[in-house]
Amino acid sequence: MRRIDRLTDLAIAGFLWAFRIAVLLIVVVGSIATLASGKYSLETWVDLVGNGLTLGSIYALIALGYTMVYGILRMINFAHGEIFTAGAFAGYFMAVALAGTGLLNANPVASLLSIGLMILVAMATSTVLAMGLERIAYRRLRTAPRLVPLISAIGASFFLQYTIRGLFGPGIYAYPDVAILGEQVPIEILNMRWVDVLVIVSALLMMSVLYLFVMRTRLGTSIRAVSEDRDTAALMGIDANRAIVLTFAIGAAMAGAAGVLYGLKYTQVYFFSGFVPGIKAFTAAVLGGIGNVPGAMLGGLFLGLIESVGPTLFLDGLNVPSPNQLKDVIGFTMLVLVLVFRPSGILGERVARARA
Amino acid sequence: MTREQPAPRSRTRASWPIVRIGLLGGVIAVYLCLVGIVPTFDERQLIAGVISLGEASLILAGVGTGYLAARRAPGGSRRAEVAAGGLAGGLAGSLLTLLVLIGSVVDLRSVFIHASPELYDTLTFGLRVTGCWIPIAVGALVGAIAALVVALPDSLRRPITWGFTAVVVMGLFSGLLRTPLLTSPLAGLARFLFAPDGLTVAGAVLVFVGVAAAVAIRGPLTARRRYDALPERRRRALLVPALLVAILVVLMFPISMGSFFAQVIAIVTIYVLMGFGMNITLGLAGLLDLGFVAFFAVGAYTVGLLTSTGEFGLAGWSWWAAVPFAVLFAMAFAAFLGLPILRIRGDYLAIATLGFGEIVRILAGSDLLKAWLGGPQGILGIPKPIDVPPGHPLAGPVQIYYIALACAAIVAFVAWRLRGSRLGRSWMAIREDEDVAEALGVNLVQTKLLAYMLGGAFAGLGGAVFAGLVGSIFASSMQLFVSLNVVALVVVGGMGSNPGVIVGAIFLIALPELFREFSEYRFLFYGVALIAMMLYRPAGLLPSRIVKRELYSPDELDATARGDASSPRPAAS
Repeated sequence: MRRIDRLTDLAIAGFLWAFRIAVLLIVVVGSIATLASGKYSLETWVDLVGNGLTLGSIYALIALGYTMVYGILRMINFAHGEIFTAGAFAGYFMAVALAGTGLLNANPVASLLSIGLMILVAMATSTVLAMGLERIAYRRLRTAPRLVPLISAIGASFFLQYTIRGLFGPGIYAYPDVAILGEQVPIEILNMRWVDVLVIVSALLMMSVLYLFVMRTRLGTSIRAVSEDRDTAALMGIDANRAIVLTFAIGAAMAGAAGVLYGLKYTQVYFFSGFVPGIKAFTAAVLGGIGNVPGAMLGGLFLGLIESVGPTLFLDGLNVPSPNQLKDVIGFTMLVLVLVFRPSGILGERVARARA
Repeated sequence: MTREQPAPRSRTRASWPIVRIGLLGGVIAVYLCLVGIVPTFDERQLIAGVISLGEASLILAGVGTGYLAARRAPGGSRRAEVAAGGLAGGLAGSLLTLLVLIGSVVDLRSVFIHASPELYDTLTFGLRVTGCWIPIAVGALVGAIAALVVALPDSLRRPITWGFTAVVVMGLFSGLLRTPLLTSPLAGLARFLFAPDGLTVAGAVLVFVGVAAAVAIRGPLTARRRYDALPERRRRALLVPALLVAILVVLMFPISMGSFFAQVIAIVTIYVLMGFGMNITLGLAGLLDLGFVAFFAVGAYTVGLLTSTGEFGLAGWSWWAAVPFAVLFAMAFAAFLGLPILRIRGDYLAIATLGFGEIVRILAGSDLLKAWLGGPQGILGIPKPIDVPPGHPLAGPVQIYYIALACAAIVAFVAWRLRGSRLGRSWMAIREDEDVAEALGVNLVQTKLLAYMLGGAFAGLGGAVFAGLVGSIFASSMQLFVSLNVVALVVVGGMGSNPGVIVGAIFLIALPELFREFSEYRFLFYGVALIAMMLYRPAGLLPSRIVKRELYSPDELDATARGDASSPRPAAS
């Protein structure tokens, strides 16, 4: 090896270590300083954790779509965030219609049924959209070099975003109020509203069903087989095309449901709503080990937690002014850190190590 | 898209593809209406008082439908083709009719903001429900005419298509051409051709007849062929004066066209400059950098801090003294970001760089760095590079245009010299296959880092020129879409091809800047353009000859020319 090559390698290794140490220092010193200052009570922390779990459940639901599509096609479906936005809008219009009939707030049972209906409509809309997208923008590019479908996906993301803007306008739509969701959960310390419970419980429910579907059913097995090796799976009589379309459909259904939950929790939606959560959810998918379904769930929860707790815990102690401005910086830094230091993620799978 | 097999079949089965094309055309037409393109573009006239741009977009959809349907017509006789075109066009129109009918019963506006009564007026010539048959009739007519033109012999079809295209283009540019022409000796012609809004009817006829006649007598394609047939020496003798004229036009452009135009082409030139830089990172080395804006920001902020006479200025230097530092800092910053992330591959790298771009933007606008970078208020009072009194021909954006042009030329030269060098060939080797390149002795990290740093340096230069153009810098100008603009124009123009960058910039930057209507839908067009390019011409509009020669063997070149996207490339690894 030439000497200069060795020098650069050394420099890089040193640089990476410096990078690690700097991040670690910020985290440790910041946390200790914040905790030592005693500015925040236990309730505040419980609050932040609760918010983090809610946000994390939504990230996890979106991350499932990224992780499954990446697992089966080795492709980042950049437009997944827009599928999420479409679901949120479908849920919004359904909610407005239901509120118009008075059903949305008639009684708790009717409210829950209405929310279920909204989620179903959103899932259906997102699924149809994603299947159309796959047919038009991705199917022909399955064997192309990796940058080609990625650029096509970026194009699809733009197209969908500005289609939504064109159809519904650039304004912010406020989700109608659902009275029962705004009430406090009657547990003293939790300080949670029912909407948080709804988001966490329904996300966990859907993810468990999905996990069972992927692991226990024939269709799920076919998806896993095609992810493992498309050609061999095809030789075993598995319809690879159907498995791929099914993967897009399932991922989109989860994203559509996440859209409604997001709308209920944060009460507003506009054409750009899905972009940042989409990228964050991709981070979550990488964090959990891309191609890995339980990993996406864990990664989502972890990212939500760190984004909610992080600014206060790490940065406030360092006297950073208005640390919450920087919560996206923490998210994106996590993304870069994971990609650099552990591209196989928390629950790293063979897939990521061999092909990423 | 499957190719139709010429097999005998029953009449209903044979007409199914035509029905499908018609319905597809209808869906596109309804989409154009609801997404707001028809109502927004309706405000601009193509031919004054006769047809607006919005109506033209629908007619274009009809023409496309008729054209495709005619090519699928069973039997292939002229009557069958015209019938197919008419049928498909009518079907497409019927979906618009359906839209009008539904809209008259239900208020679609509570969901789709563009489904307004004005839209229904446009579709039915103001008759609403009583005129609901109009889209069908117009669609069938347009489809049939398109099919008729397809069926014409080549010598007639080409003049008609060219004449038609010329009218549309002249109509689009009428507003821009009219103002400067009115003050020139050609004012009389301008008044004849252009109404205050769009072409005059007589002007449209004149343009159509003129262009059609010119093409009929000596078509542009034949001109191309004649040029190709010339011997090498004669060709070169023709090329030199042509180049000189082109350079003269490029230099005189902003002075003759006024300051709005100069501003637009200064921006376009800055993008061309950054596109050349991206061409090294993406086109040669194959690194998709979605965080280009980070280096653009470093360049812009460096110039801002070093030259500003305002609150945050540090040194009060001239623009010229600050630019080398801007480039150096951007380059150093690229090295700083590149070192950790260049071990990451392909699509992961794209997302990581996107993350960096966002981090830089958020930090620049945050309270954390407000004391140095001004937060959201930004840095004001950046002096112009050349200090001239107002009214001087170099005042305002004109000087920036020349500076950007000179910078772009330097960047293009560097990129051109690098391409054939050892380094350039290492980049292309990495782009094709990292493992093989490494096995052949290419140091991956060093080589990638150089590409990344050069790209970053040019982005920094772009940022520095931009700071000189606008005179103030805000964190909010450092949006992701700057990076995406650059990527899109390189991809659309053809990765690795410098003329492609110019074409890409004209399409993607100049058009939306010149036409307000387009700028509303700029990103919609980007999206469609990116998808379509990847599906049909992954090598770009003007692919670089080297890329073509090196990547494809001759028969594969034929395959790509046919638009066969799947077969000639190696499978994803």
